[in-house]
Parts: sequence; structure tokens; C-alpha cells
Amino acid sequence: MEYVIEMLGIRKEFGDFVANDNITLQLAKGEIHALLGENGAGKSTLMNVLFGLYQPEAGTIKVRGEEVKISDPNKANDLGIGMVHQHFMLVENFTVTENIILGSEPTKFGTINIKEAAKKVQKLSEQYGLNVDAYAKIEDISVGMQQRVEILKTLYRGADILIFDEPTASLTPQEISELIQIMKRLISEGKSIILITHKLKEIMDVSDRVTIIRKGQGIGTVTTAETSPDQLAEMMVGRQVVFKTTKTEAHPKEAILEVHQLNVKDNRGVDRVKDLNLTVRAGEIVGIAGIDGNGQSELIEAITGLRKATSGKITLKGQEITSLKPRKITESGVGHIPQDRHKHGLVLDFPIGHNIALQTYYQNPLSKGGIIDYKKIDKLAETIIEEYDVRTPSAHTPARALSGGNQQKAIIGREVNRDPDLLIAALPTRGLDVGAIEFIHRRLIEQRDKGKAVLLVSFELDEVMNVSDEIAVIHDGHIIDTVKPSETSEQQLGLLMAGHAVTKTANKVGGE
Amino acid sequence: MSFMDVLYFIIPSAIFYAAPLIMTAIGGVFTERAGVVNIGLEGIMIIGAFISIIFNLTFADSMKGWTPWVGLVVAMVVGAIFSLLLAVAAISFRADQTVTGVALNMLGLALAVFSVKMIYDKGQTDSISERFNRYDVPVLGDIPVIGKLFFHDMYVTSVVAIVVAFVAWFVIYKTPFGLRLRAVGEHPIAADTMGVNVTKMRYMAVMISGALGGIGGAIYAQAIAGNFSATTISGQGFMAIAAMIFGKWHPLGALGAALFFGLAQSLSIAGASIPYVQDVPEVILLILPYVLTILALAGFIGKASAPKASGKPYIKGKR
Amino acid sequence: MSNRLINILVPVISVILGLIVGAIVMLVSGFSPVDGYAALWNGIFGDSYNIGETIRTITPYVFSGLAVAFAFRTGMFNIGVEGQLIMGWLAAAYVGQAFELPTGIHAVVAILAAAVAGGLWAFIPGILKAKLQVHEVIVTIMMNYIALHTANAAISAISGGKEKTDKIHDSASLSSEWLASLTQFSRLHWGFVIAILAVIIMWFILEKTALGYELKSVGFNKNASEYAGMNVSRNIVLAMVISGMFAGVGGAMEALGTFGNMMKLNAATGIGFDGIAVALLGANQPFGVLLGAILFGALKNGGLNMPNAAGIPTEIVSIVIALIIFFVASGYLIRLFLERASKKKGVQKVKGDK
Repeated sequence: MEYVIEMLGIRKEFGDFVANDNITLQLAKGEIHALLGENGAGKSTLMNVLFGLYQPEAGTIKVRGEEVKISDPNKANDLGIGMVHQHFMLVENFTVTENIILGSEPTKFGTINIKEAAKKVQKLSEQYGLNVDAYAKIEDISVGMQQRVEILKTLYRGADILIFDEPTASLTPQEISELIQIMKRLISEGKSIILITHKLKEIMDVSDRVTIIRKGQGIGTVTTAETSPDQLAEMMVGRQVVFKTTKTEAHPKEAILEVHQLNVKDNRGVDRVKDLNLTVRAGEIVGIAGIDGNGQSELIEAITGLRKATSGKITLKGQEITSLKPRKITESGVGHIPQDRHKHGLVLDFPIGHNIALQTYYQNPLSKGGIIDYKKIDKLAETIIEEYDVRTPSAHTPARALSGGNQQKAIIGREVNRDPDLLIAALPTRGLDVGAIEFIHRRLIEQRDKGKAVLLVSFELDEVMNVSDEIAVIHDGHIIDTVKPSETSEQQLGLLMAGHAVTKTANKVGGE
Repeated sequence: MSFMDVLYFIIPSAIFYAAPLIMTAIGGVFTERAGVVNIGLEGIMIIGAFISIIFNLTFADSMKGWTPWVGLVVAMVVGAIFSLLLAVAAISFRADQTVTGVALNMLGLALAVFSVKMIYDKGQTDSISERFNRYDVPVLGDIPVIGKLFFHDMYVTSVVAIVVAFVAWFVIYKTPFGLRLRAVGEHPIAADTMGVNVTKMRYMAVMISGALGGIGGAIYAQAIAGNFSATTISGQGFMAIAAMIFGKWHPLGALGAALFFGLAQSLSIAGASIPYVQDVPEVILLILPYVLTILALAGFIGKASAPKASGKPYIKGKR
Repeated sequence: MSNRLINILVPVISVILGLIVGAIVMLVSGFSPVDGYAALWNGIFGDSYNIGETIRTITPYVFSGLAVAFAFRTGMFNIGVEGQLIMGWLAAAYVGQAFELPTGIHAVVAILAAAVAGGLWAFIPGILKAKLQVHEVIVTIMMNYIALHTANAAISAISGGKEKTDKIHDSASLSSEWLASLTQFSRLHWGFVIAILAVIIMWFILEKTALGYELKSVGFNKNASEYAGMNVSRNIVLAMVISGMFAGVGGAMEALGTFGNMMKLNAATGIGFDGIAVALLGANQPFGVLLGAILFGALKNGGLNMPNAAGIPTEIVSIVIALIIFFVASGYLIRLFLERASKKKGVQKVKGDK
């Protein structure tokens, strides 16, 4: 096989931490090669080594058979390596063309020759079917188009080896299928692609071969056609993975949360939740399935009091809580695991103990007459740390120093400890490893079994399918259907999430 | 005084007072566009004013009319070198940019006064003999009304300042250097992945601001003050920052804001002899630039947004 | 080496480096650093008069340092201490001379007026940040100059066109004949007691009260605090106002203690900007601030003795202070150096264990 890239025995350390240890990856000409691993397995580190952002401590890199030292991104560019970053590297108030030419601007009498550059951009866009407006400002174009600008950036510099870093993370299903078409077109034009992902489905759909890494170690390379999702998952995690969470039948009782004809606007004044109705009863888990950006965040913010509803009614145990202050809502029995734990869930610079008191610090017994009793806070924290298996040196350790899984366990411990009647869990397992995911799923089911109401929001279909007792599919601010996991399929859910009301004949994903 | 007489008096005076502000504010535009907040412009102006006066007093006999111009160049070079302190601390050592800027102001003032006392044994220098002079601009000065408003009794330094503002606009918006500068201030990681050297760009931006701030100080000292003491520059650097913000981080905006602040300054000094203006309490004119800047920041005067990465040190590999 | 030890070592090393570079500056300028620092030392501790003046100089630095540190701890950068201090000074000077109140009570009222004035001056940047997300650094800088000019205009108005306000009544004064006589008639006044009280107040608010917990939480992470049910805007404004109150009381020290009036100012007093240095050196801890204020106040006052005793311009002290700020702010470098140094030892230890 003819290799365009060979990374042999790569080792990269950050202080005491070994991010990559003896990893080998070989990219054949004209293939789509997937790089698979869990979050934190070292995928991005490896690619940043290839792209010249990091220097490896050991190992060699060969490009088209010749050993090279890639000292910076410029060198990578010269070698024809381009990277499509997960978090787009685009200057928002620049135009598409300005972003693309940055760093290698064509000039005329010392000034930037923007016209010629735009012409070249337009031509490339047409050649690869990217459909990008060279003069549009980045802040005005869709996420999908921004990604295509990222691709153009590499093509403009003449890259023929493209690295895609988790390219589907923020795309809609339709944009994903478009991206797959684009990748295939790139291959047919003679490019080679490395695809970084942790989504097994994509790998099966699009890749030719897969290299798997786990905890910084290279596990091996397999041919996609000769493997199965189960085998890949086992290689990625290091043990057999139970995709199914075991749980008993739910016994829902009285309604706890009732949302009636709710309307909510986002910060820009756009309607995000539209006449939405939803009920969550005691003793059941309702999962909200949907693609990111269909009103989930605004719905939860409205329920928890973080955002005012423009109209409609929210009740908790029959009491109206619409647009009350967040603290009032918390006190009336709502627990909330926010979707972004670093931004909303924790004060990272506070000790983990302080974080556990984040909603109750002012209440008796933690506080009396405005004076805090930090001994009692520590005691409470130690109980929760023990009970929820939060791995931390002590309650005084800053939350920042804990791993994502342990941070999330602390948040869940804090919320559940307040014994809320309604527990809202927004993307509770995002970015966590498999062990932590299982732990969190068990805790959610445990709450249900105690007779609490649980509202789960997730972008991951298998999570919604496995954990929920009832699935409410959200699209464009509406709940367009409510289904039982046992009576539906992933395919059917996918259709609903894309906005297709289910008819018996609908069976094609992505078609309008 | 008739209305036109007032204008003939006040407009040239406003441009005169604006020149150092324009220079320094443009310097501020360069650093902030590259993502470095330069609170230290006041200190840089002090150093520029100080060095130009020392130079002027020392070399006036041999250089005659050229002295203030050479003084300007000296102030430019010294200002750029002085600003390196900010660059090294804030860019290389990741020091807080605001704190470092404050330190720069303190150091500038202390160094300048210390040196003056050491050299002259007193806190204030003598007045310089070779100052910037006024000229009537040929041809343009003969245009009726406009000629008398803008081209009579004109300081060449003011013309230079206005030209610099336009050059800055050209550099920032039309050249590869400017594109990279703005990219570094908006999204340094993106610029880095495109092969732009973030550190180098930021160093250059800070040194340009040092050079322009130094010139600004030297113009103030050699055209307006005529000597140097601890209070020669008191607030001009901060007013330049205000002009930069009021001008929405745009060179021509900063030019306009500086001209406007120059007008306020000249009115506050000469206002007592001007009808209507003499009824306005002096304090209103003195605080006007600062109040307007706060209003501009609050979004009451159009929406302005600072470069996104401004004030944040860039740490490679952290994302 | 523990993180805590490094946190203490960084300012100590910075001070030493600052003094060393100061010595080099003196050498280069043809002065003797030994004479210079001896003069500095005598200016601080030379006799009881100097000690009294040193303590007096330290007092407002404690307040400006606390003001900056309090804002820092609650997530804000208050560069406007200068202006808040000026407004506090003005308010105290005015209340001190315009009203007639019983001794003691008068002083308390004047100090409260200063706190209110400083707090109000800080309220503006606070509310702008809370409601319109305007960054406080630029606003507070602008507020400094507005304060300077406004105060000068107010002094004219109060005094009927004079350059300074009338002397405050004795009933409002913090001066003490006893303290003066102890220190060969220095201007030492009771303000230092209030300063120590203020240190304890800041410590109490931040470390013991639910309010302090909230303020710190909002300072670290607004979003999480909002999610936890705290009123973020109110806390931002409150943090700024409390910071401004410390600054305002610092101004009262000048009005009621040192000068007994207020005069027009040509330029900023510098006390507010030096407060940034004090807070930075004291790691934004109340008792750290006290130590920082003692150091910088002592340097400032001691420096006044340098021209007479050693012929060195007193500005050398400001040079040293500015350098110390550079070194503390660039603490990353010192930290890196210390960590490298301690790591080498650490590695050997681990190997030894095995």
C-alpha cells in the first residue's frame, strides 16, 4: 500500500501526563482513515502533532515516504497537510475570503488583492461543490457553511491530506449527509482524509480503515469492512460494552411538571420554544430527543427560571412557577444538572465542598443570620463525596482539579441530595467515559424508582432510547411526537428529529 | 467676536490640541487591534515628552530649527523601546495587561522626574527655545473660509498626525500586515493555525504604539507645554485611550474623536473669551471627553465592540 | 514545593528583585545605593517622627489596597480607586467643615459620608457592568478624571473660589495631640486604627458571611451563580460599591487626619494606582494587603528622606515600586523558575523512595 502519511511510534508528554504513547497511524493514498477513541484518549493531541502545533517527544513522521520534522503549521501546510478544526478557526467579523487567505495573502503593490483571492475561492468552491459565498461574513453564515470554509482554507493552500477533527459534532443530520458527500468528492479528486471521531456509525458509513487509540495507547488498525460496531466499541473502551441499561418497568403516578402552551424567545428575540406542551409524572423518565438548537436549552432555562417565558404556563405539583426567580423554583423542588457543567454547573475555582453548597449555603443549617458555618459545609460535602464516589483528595480541592466524570458526580450528588421532586438532566453524560456514563444512568433510574420525576435532554439517540420511559421528540420548538422506546426505532426517531411527522410511508432520511 | 471669528480662532486651536491625542490614540488602535490592552500609553507619552525636551534643550544650539523634529524621532525610538517592557511582561511572561500598563505609567513618570531632578537639580526643566512653529499652508491657505479655518497658522505636527491616521487606516485595512494584526486580536488561535506568528505580531503592535505614543508626548511637550515637569502630561494618555474607544477602535474614528476632544480642550482653555461658551462651566468641558466615552461604551452612541481577544494573553496549545 | 509556599515566595522575590534593580539604577546614575537605602531606612525608622509619618502614609494605602483587592476577589478590576478616593476626600472635607456636630460623632458622620461618596462613584461602573456588560476598567479610568475635575470645581464652589476648602472643625478631626506628642509632632492620627478595622471587616465579609460567599461565587463564575439562584447583577453592583466605600474612607483619612481639608489637585494623587500594587503584592488577601501597604507606605515615606540625606531624587522609590509590580505581575516566570527548581529535588526524592 502506498502511504501518504506515516506516524510511527509517536509519544507526546505534557509534564507528567503522557497523552500519546507509541502510537502508529498510516494513511494510505485516497482513503478515508478514521481515528477512533474516547474523549481524552489522545486523538486531538496526535493530530496536533501531525499539524505541527506540538512537537513529539519520540517517534517519526513520514510524508509520502520521506521522514520530516513538522515544526509549525506553516510546515504542515507546505507538506500539503490541512486541518479542519472541530472548533472552527474562523475570525467572525472577517469575510470568507479574508479568513481563507490569512497568512498567505496575494498582494498587488503591497495591498491585499482581495478580488483575485475571492475569484480563486469561488472557483475552488465550485470545483468541490462547496457552495460558499466568498464575500459573506462568517458571523452571518450557517455552521455547515462555516465548516465548508474551513475545508476551503486547506484546499486554498493546496492541501491533499485533510484532517477532519470531530466534524459532525455540531451539524444537523442533513448537514452530516452533505458532509459525507463532500468527503467522497474530495477523495475522488485525489485527496486523502483522516477522520477523527468517537461515533461508530459514521465510521461504518464512510471510512475505509480505522485506527483505534485508548488512554494514549495505540490499540491497532482494522479494515472497516471486516469489523463491526461491537468490536470497535470493545477496542475503544477496553472491555465489552453493555449498550443496554437494565431497568424495570416504570410506574408513573401523578403529574409533577406540566408545561402548557409555552413560548420562549432566545437572546436575539427569535422564538425558540413554540406553543410547547409537556408533562412529566412522578416515577417516570421523560427523554427529550432532538438535534441541538431546536429549543431544548430555552425550554429548560424557562422551566428553571433562567429565562422568561413570553407566554404559557409551567406548573410544578400544581403550583404555578412560570417566570419565578431561579432560587424560588429551586426551593420549590427542582434539581438541575446543567448541560455545560463548567459554565453553569460549577464554580471551578471554588473548592468542591463550596460547590456542593452552591444552592443551599444561605439556608439553615449551613448559614445562620448571614454567617456561614464552613464546618457544616465541609461535613455535608464529605457525605456526598463518599456516597457518590467522587474521587477527590479532599473537600477543599478546587473543582477545577477534578476529572469531568467526578465533577459530574459531584453535581448529581448535590442536586439529588436536595431531594427534588423534579430532576432535570441536560446532556448529563456529555464528554464522559463509559464508566461514568453507566454510573449516571443508574442514578437517574434510581431517582425514578424513588418516585421522582426525571426530565432528560440528550442529543444521543441511544441514551434517550436506553434511559427514558417516554420519549418526547422536539423539533423547531415543538414536541412533534411522544413515543415509547419499546415501540420505536432509531430510524423513526431520526426522522422525527429531522422534522418529519411520521407517516407510514416515510422511510428515507434526509429527503425533503 | 463674530461667529466666524470664533471659528477662525477655535478650529485651528482644536486641531492644535488634538495632534498629540491623534498620534497616541492611533498607537492605541494598533495594540488593541492586536489584542493587547495598553493602559500604559500615559507613561509612554510621559517618556516621549521628557526625552524630547531633554534632547531639545541639549541640542538646540547645534541643530536650530531641526531640533524639535529630531526630538520627535528620538521620542519615537525611546517610546518604542520603553513599550517593550509591556510587550515582554504581557506577551512573553503572561502578566496581566492592565496591571502591567499601570506599572508602565508609574515607571514612566518616576523615571522621567528622577532623571530631570538628577540632570537639572530641580523638578522642572527650562523652557525650550526651538519649538514647533505655525505655518500658513501655501495655495490651500488661500481658499476662502476653509483656508482660513484649516490651513492658516497650522502646526505641521497636526498635519503629520492627520496623515498618520490615514496611513494607519490603510495599513490596518488594506495590507496583509493589517489583516494579520486584526486576526491576532480577534482570534489568535485561528491566526496561529494559519501560520501567523501571534507573538511577533503583538510585539510589533505594542512597539508601534510605543513609537506613536512617544511622538504624541513629544508633540505635546514641544508644541504645547514647552518644558517638562511631573504634571506636563496628566491624563493625555488616558484621553487618547478614550479617543480610541470613542472612535470604536478604528483609526479614522479615533482621529475624529481626538479632534473632538481637542475642541473640548481648547474650549475649556479659551472658552472664557468666547460668547455662549463662557457661560458653560469649565468643568463640563473638562469632563466631556470622559463622559462621552462612558456613554459610548454603554452603547448609547452606536454599538462598538472591542477586538474579541483583547486583554487575553495567548498561550500556545491551550484552547 | 507547595503551591502555598510559592504564592508567598513570588511577592518576596519580587520585592528583592525590585530593590536590586533600584540599586542598579542608583549606581548607574552615580549615586551610592548603600547611602540611598540607608537614607530610606532612616526615613522610615530614623526617629519617632519618621515612624509616625510612616504609619500615617501607610493608612490610606491600606484602604486603596483593600478597595482594589476586594474588587479583584469578586471578579472585578477597580482602577477607579483614585477617583473614589478623591470623592471620599471631598465628602469628608465638606461634612467636616460645613456641619457642627458633637466630637466623635462628627468624625463618624464624615467618614460615613466619604464611604457613601466613594460607593456612589463606584456604583456607576458597577451598574454599567451589571446591566449593560460594559467592562469596568475603562469606565473606572474615565471616572477618575471626572472625579478630579468635578472635585476641583466643587472645591471652588464650596470655598467661594479659593484653592482649598476651609479647615474641618476639631469635632470631626482624627488628629490626636497625644499621638502627635508621642511622635515629635508628626501628623500621625487615629486613622490607622480604622484601617486595621477595615482589614478585619474585609476578611469577615469574604470569609465568614453568606454575602461574601455569593460575591466570590459571582466573581468566579457568573453563569453558575445565576444557575444556583444568586442575583448576579445585584452582586456585581454591591461588590463594586463595597470596593468604592473602602476607597472613599481612604479619602476621609486625608481629609480628617493628614490635611484637615481638601485642596485642588493638578493630577491624580497616585494613592489609588499604588493600591493596585498593594493589592497585587498582598495577593488580594486582607492581611496581605496590610503587609503590602506597610511596605509601600514605608517606602514612600522613607523615600522623602533620600534627597536630603543622600541627594537622591525621591522618585527612585516609585521606580522600585513600579518594578515590583512588573515582577509580581510577571510572576509566571518566577513561578516557573521555582517549580523547575523544586521539581528537580522532588524527582530525586521519589527515586530515593523507590
